[in-house]
Amino acid sequence: MKERTVIHLEVNGKAYDLILYKDVFPHHTLAYTLRETLNLTGTKIGCDHGACGACTVLINGKPILSCLTLTIECDGKTITTIEGLGNPEKGELHPLQESFIKHTAFQCGFCTPGIIMSLKALIDERESVSEEDIKEALSGHFCRCISHYHVLEAVKDVIKRRVS
Amino acid sequence: MAQKYRFIGQPTPRKDASSIVTGKAIYINDVKLPNMLVGKVLRSPYPHAIIKEINVEKAKSLPGVKAVLTYKDVPDWKLGLPSHLRVLDRKVRFVGDAVSLVAAETEEIAQEALDLIEVEYEVLPAVFDVEEAIKEGAPQLYDEFPNNILPLGNPWFGSPEAPEGLKELQLGDVEKGFSEADVVVEGTFYYENIANPLPPEPPGAIAYWEDPKTVHVWLSSQGLYMDKISLYYIMGRKYNVRVHACQCGGSYGSKGTILPIALYAILLAKATGRPVKLCYTKEEHLTSFTIRLGSRFKGKVGLKKDGTVTAISGDWLVNTGYYSAVTQGQVAVGLGEVQLVIRCENWDLRPKVICTNRDNSSWIRGFGGQELKSVLLPLLYMAMAKLNIDPVEFFKKNVIKNGQGYYWRDGRWWISRVVDFTKTIDKGAEVFGWKEKWKGWLKPTLVKGSKRRGVGVGVHSNADVGEDDAEAFIRIDPNHTVTLFVAVPEQGGGQRSNLCKLVAEVLQIPLENVFLSPPDSDVNPYDFGLVGSRGTYAIGSAVIEAAEDAKRKLLERASRKLGVPPEKLETSDGIIYVKDDPKRQITWRRAMGPTYTIWGYGHYEPDYSLCNFMISFVEVEVDTETGKVDLIRVVNATDAGQIIDPLCLENQLNGCLGSAGIDTAIFEETVLDSKIGRILTTNLIDYKWRTFLDLPEIKNVILETPFPSHRFGAVGVGEIATSPGPPAVLMAISNAIGKWINTYPASPWVILEALGKRKEA
Repeated sequence: MKERTVIHLEVNGKAYDLILYKDVFPHHTLAYTLRETLNLTGTKIGCDHGACGACTVLINGKPILSCLTLTIECDGKTITTIEGLGNPEKGELHPLQESFIKHTAFQCGFCTPGIIMSLKALIDERESVSEEDIKEALSGHFCRCISHYHVLEAVKDVIKRRVS
Repeated sequence: MAQKYRFIGQPTPRKDASSIVTGKAIYINDVKLPNMLVGKVLRSPYPHAIIKEINVEKAKSLPGVKAVLTYKDVPDWKLGLPSHLRVLDRKVRFVGDAVSLVAAETEEIAQEALDLIEVEYEVLPAVFDVEEAIKEGAPQLYDEFPNNILPLGNPWFGSPEAPEGLKELQLGDVEKGFSEADVVVEGTFYYENIANPLPPEPPGAIAYWEDPKTVHVWLSSQGLYMDKISLYYIMGRKYNVRVHACQCGGSYGSKGTILPIALYAILLAKATGRPVKLCYTKEEHLTSFTIRLGSRFKGKVGLKKDGTVTAISGDWLVNTGYYSAVTQGQVAVGLGEVQLVIRCENWDLRPKVICTNRDNSSWIRGFGGQELKSVLLPLLYMAMAKLNIDPVEFFKKNVIKNGQGYYWRDGRWWISRVVDFTKTIDKGAEVFGWKEKWKGWLKPTLVKGSKRRGVGVGVHSNADVGEDDAEAFIRIDPNHTVTLFVAVPEQGGGQRSNLCKLVAEVLQIPLENVFLSPPDSDVNPYDFGLVGSRGTYAIGSAVIEAAEDAKRKLLERASRKLGVPPEKLETSDGIIYVKDDPKRQITWRRAMGPTYTIWGYGHYEPDYSLCNFMISFVEVEVDTETGKVDLIRVVNATDAGQIIDPLCLENQLNGCLGSAGIDTAIFEETVLDSKIGRILTTNLIDYKWRTFLDLPEIKNVILETPFPSHRFGAVGVGEIATSPGPPAVLMAISNAIGKWINTYPASPWVILEALGKRKEA
């Protein structure tokens, strides 16, 4: 009998063992697995071809496009999605989420989870962050409502609070 | 200054803010129903063809496939104005037209089934240009529309009870008008880059038949009844369609209805007896959903030195693509809107709605007016230049004034009730620094090496703030909460939250005590749809009336307990008190009793006498070596009457750039290869969009001159933000380089050609 292959993922602090050819297939993207297999629909699929940023999640703290990443490539990886920010069990929000609410840094909200994940990676990685850094980090995110200006305000607010 | 209102005008978190930032907001593709199948569409590779043979047997026998439908299997349901497009037809009319529908257990199986469908086409000649399409002998898309010209003035939903609609603009005597002009300018202008409003969320729908008469449709759209009623008529007035709206991941008009997708899901759900989800891919979204109208104007304008427009005449050729969903309505609105910013006593403007073999032009913000003004204003600009008229002075003279009349989309003559928009123009010009930057026509503001800067200005006005019927219910519960029942989905503007603020203000109850019913058509009373700028005034007025009705009933009930006439009572924070003696008070709970609810109802009747207004000033920098245009600065000025939520309003006005707005003058376009009829911009890399690295400075100047007929003095302005910009950008580029640029988008090639620097590769 063929030995079964298991893909181990840690998603938002929870361990998942996905059996190959049962829970996960070689062609499944991480975006598909998160949304359809694990029911974590906070991660959005906009273009499904790596050009809009809506599906951005963190793998080991780094932002990646989950629509261009195969789940089988993620064995042993730690994944964070929008559902894993703050402390959902206690109802606590991440400072970025709080600031997005305060500044209404979204309109339709479809691109928001991806944008927040990229920003989390940015502010976790760097002590000091300039406006240019923020724009660079978000340059691959397609926001059509033009909420860019409020997003910049929201991030700068978080950085300012962190400094003080 | 003291705050005028407790909630209105204050920045408050959106009601759905927490669900959006935590990923809990439910969009259409997040919905899963038990036993749900996935639907897919087989699309035509040809722009015009007859299906000679179609064999679906192999597809049907693939395990997991539950239904395969072709034109042979479906009822004779027709879409369009007037009804003309069969939901699946033996004829296909554009590259991407639906040939067959498949429902399967998984997306992979559905996709595989599409590959197994065998189709033999008889390819027909196709036509893409409007002037070619109306020539004798041109390929005919529909037998019933000779020369591919659709009848004008068709009413909504094809309902005989609805008004006919404005078909053309005929007023005064244009020959007399031209004879009085100091200058007459003629030309042909094109706004035919058929940009895609392109919300981040691809459109989609889920359908499920509860019983043979009732179908539930989940979708992501701007209105509930717009889909419900459209589907009711299309499906032969035989079925009850219950619409459940999800959080809408952007629309910008394009999801005014979610047709024909909802029909595909309905047919597949009927055929399988199971729920079917059909969500488009981004490629389908870019090639087979909704793009902006093609707009061409061939005509002339007469102008006097003092800025009086003496006459406008010409043909407005409107390309609606392979069918018309609402194009005649867009034409009617466009004809109405143009009169609100160009005052002229002599009009002879003749529109033609023309079918061609490309994707459908349908609902988009700007709705006819943006398309018409983007081709008419450049001609007026050339006339102004000949007479050396400052365009800002021109617009001050020509913007609609209180008491002036115009034909609106319903074909009737309306007398405006508006505030003084010249103040908005003055304030915008001052903030932009127009007087300092304006150096005259075809003159740059600044020259620095190969880079030249220029400024431009454009305007828009819409009499839709009070359009169409709206209804609302309010329920007051004895637990000191209020629930608003209104058929409004959330598409991004924050209108659901803003309507709650109106309720909180009327009932003086904390915003957190105000809740919303789900956006479900069979729970909420009628509303036309959250389209145009009608949210604040039309829908808002119905909501305010419902809240006032509920308050009146609440005070009447309290009056019996307190023994004081209701007119002597007031309420605040769930307490009802005697105005002259506030210590005499009871809570809502005590006034109502624990087992009772109070209902208020509000209805708003359409009124087309109210207009909004926006002016956009732009500054661009043109690199004369490369032809690249950078948008440096935008100043938008408007009068909102009373701001409901400053953050939501700023957001909406910043939306001037994207969603087929200002950027359609710079780089945005759907590229159609007219040799093969295919759209080439089929992904989000080839279709150009503005990134975070390319943001211009935007300043929104918002005046608050109360509009007297709204309880809080407010009007909506959100929809028009994209519309003033495109001709303003062309003017700015023309001024920067000293040559007229009248092509959208003003790509580097266009600019280098104007400068005589274009070299063929």
